[in-house]
Amino acid sequence: MLAHIIQNLPQVLIDGLTLGVVYAVVAIGYTMVYGILELINFAHGDVFMTGAFMGAIVLFLLMGMGFLAALPAILVFIIVIVIAAIATGLLGVGIERVAYRPLRKKNAPKLIALITSIGISFVLEDLVRFIAELKTGNYIVTAPPMFNHKFTLNLHSALPFFNNATFQSSFLLVLIVTIIMLIALDLFVNKTKWGMAMRAVAQDRDTASLMTINVNRVISVTFFIGSALGGATGVLFMIQYGTIDPYIGFVLGIKAFTAAVLGGIGNIRGAMFGGVMLGLLEMFAASNLSIITHGAMGAEYKDVFAFIILILVLIFKPEGLFGKAVVEKV
Amino acid sequence: MAEVSNHFLEVKKIDSFYSQIQALEGVDLYIDKGEIVTLIGSNGAGKSTTLKSISGQVRPKNGSIIFDGQEISKFQAHKTALLGIAQVPEGRRIFPRLTVRENLQIGAFSVKDKHVIAERMERVFNYFPRLKERLNQKGGTMSGGEQQMLAIGRALMMKPKLLMLDEPSMGLAPIIVEQIFDIIKEMNEEGMTILLVEQNAYQALQIADRGYVIQTGQIVLDGNGDELMKNEQVRAAYLA
Ligand SMILES: Nc1ncnc2c1ncn2[C@@H]1O[C@H](COP(=O)(O)OP(=O)(O)OP(=O)(O)O)[C@@H](O)[C@H]1O
Ligand SMILES: [Mg+2]
Repeated sequence: MLAHIIQNLPQVLIDGLTLGVVYAVVAIGYTMVYGILELINFAHGDVFMTGAFMGAIVLFLLMGMGFLAALPAILVFIIVIVIAAIATGLLGVGIERVAYRPLRKKNAPKLIALITSIGISFVLEDLVRFIAELKTGNYIVTAPPMFNHKFTLNLHSALPFFNNATFQSSFLLVLIVTIIMLIALDLFVNKTKWGMAMRAVAQDRDTASLMTINVNRVISVTFFIGSALGGATGVLFMIQYGTIDPYIGFVLGIKAFTAAVLGGIGNIRGAMFGGVMLGLLEMFAASNLSIITHGAMGAEYKDVFAFIILILVLIFKPEGLFGKAVVEKV
Repeated sequence: MAEVSNHFLEVKKIDSFYSQIQALEGVDLYIDKGEIVTLIGSNGAGKSTTLKSISGQVRPKNGSIIFDGQEISKFQAHKTALLGIAQVPEGRRIFPRLTVRENLQIGAFSVKDKHVIAERMERVFNYFPRLKERLNQKGGTMSGGEQQMLAIGRALMMKPKLLMLDEPSMGLAPIIVEQIFDIIKEMNEEGMTILLVEQNAYQALQIADRGYVIQTGQIVLDGNGDELMKNEQVRAAYLA
């Protein structure tokens, strides 16, 4: 049994990492908004989904104009991801403006904002579905293939206890782009003036306003960044997995939220770590559950496995693995 | 309606509420440039609400607040702060997970020039040398007295025209209170206009030019420091 598990390890690492970094970036969107507003923004998973569709739209438009064939793939990719990120960033700002800010002004209970975010989640799903069906006749969309060159890691000949592992070039793209995003965000939050303002607002909003900080603007910036990162990750998802539908944000959103909780909600580095860990665990389960349980449970139980881990962590460390930094009210 | 005032700050007949509860009723007070004015009163009298109404954290329902010739009673807090009114809030409200350096930097959030920020920080260190030794410590791990120094230092980073302090002596040992009051006095002597809220009436009246007494949301007495200190009512209620 152990030998089997070890054989599959390289592939599990590759697939788990791909999924994990996707979770990590989406988890940041949840954790940033929670850190600043104590709001679980359930619509965030659907902002990710909308990003995937916006990416697909731009990609199809470029293809229609002949750019896909004419330009280097990486340039096309950069155009697509930048446009989709800006568009979803603005979408996030718009959602906050229209739905959450009026509630905040009225000092509405947090539960109302939470229910509002669930409502927005449905609105986004239906809106995207409507537009996709209108344009293509089907709400499931398959993007033009990109970065699908296959590589095989010939591990077996050198290290006989490993099987060979395979990946697509998109794996490298996902990994590099998400790592760039994670590092950039970390630097922004910890090293820039606006990042400092964001942390100050998260720690004590009223006092931050006494420091000439326009709190509403900081909240808008937070939504822009979280949503833009989520949307960009949607584009990566589309390229990596090929097919998208309006409901991909739901399950992925819940997993990313789980990752945020795992890392200690409100803590950005915790969310990164939680995401990667959840992705690895999930892929480990998908690959090994049937071996471990002698066929009683198949890969389809991977989610259960991941959530059991979450529950265990929360029983023993309810504040999450890095929970110390959760907003403590003064 | 253009409001006029001969004073640096003038609060005219403001009523302030927390949802339905009225906390201030027709509060009137003024401060002239270079003065140090104290507002004293017991728990729940409305001292903090008065400061919050001036700084824009609470929006008065009626009345007006004129600062430097400008009506500011409807300004959001960050706009009021930009005009040069700094508030050191009750309970200090240090950002607990920002370092001491960051807590100071955030006080100068509106300043772009790094040299200006560095200069101001040096000035703060002149008043509070202890902060310089603690620059990389998290604000939340400082002692109560150090946090009060940091809160005042943070406000000084704004280079305010008017500094409002809400019970800076709260919870501090007498010797630290003395230090803080000495520094408040020193800042005032160097030209800073100060509005000082205190329950510690004796020490506040000692350094103040003038004072107001607030009771259940209304100003019930005012006068210069010595007068109030000798006033029978004040003695009975606050200096016992
Ligand atoms: N956020 C709030 N919501 C509702 N009522 C409030 C709020 N803040 C203050 N109050 C009420 O307004 C009144 C004035 O409070 P305020 O904080 O201004 O008093 P204070 O003079 O500063 O008292 P203390 O010396 O205890 O700080 C009190 O009756 C208080 O209960
Ligand atoms: Mg008070």
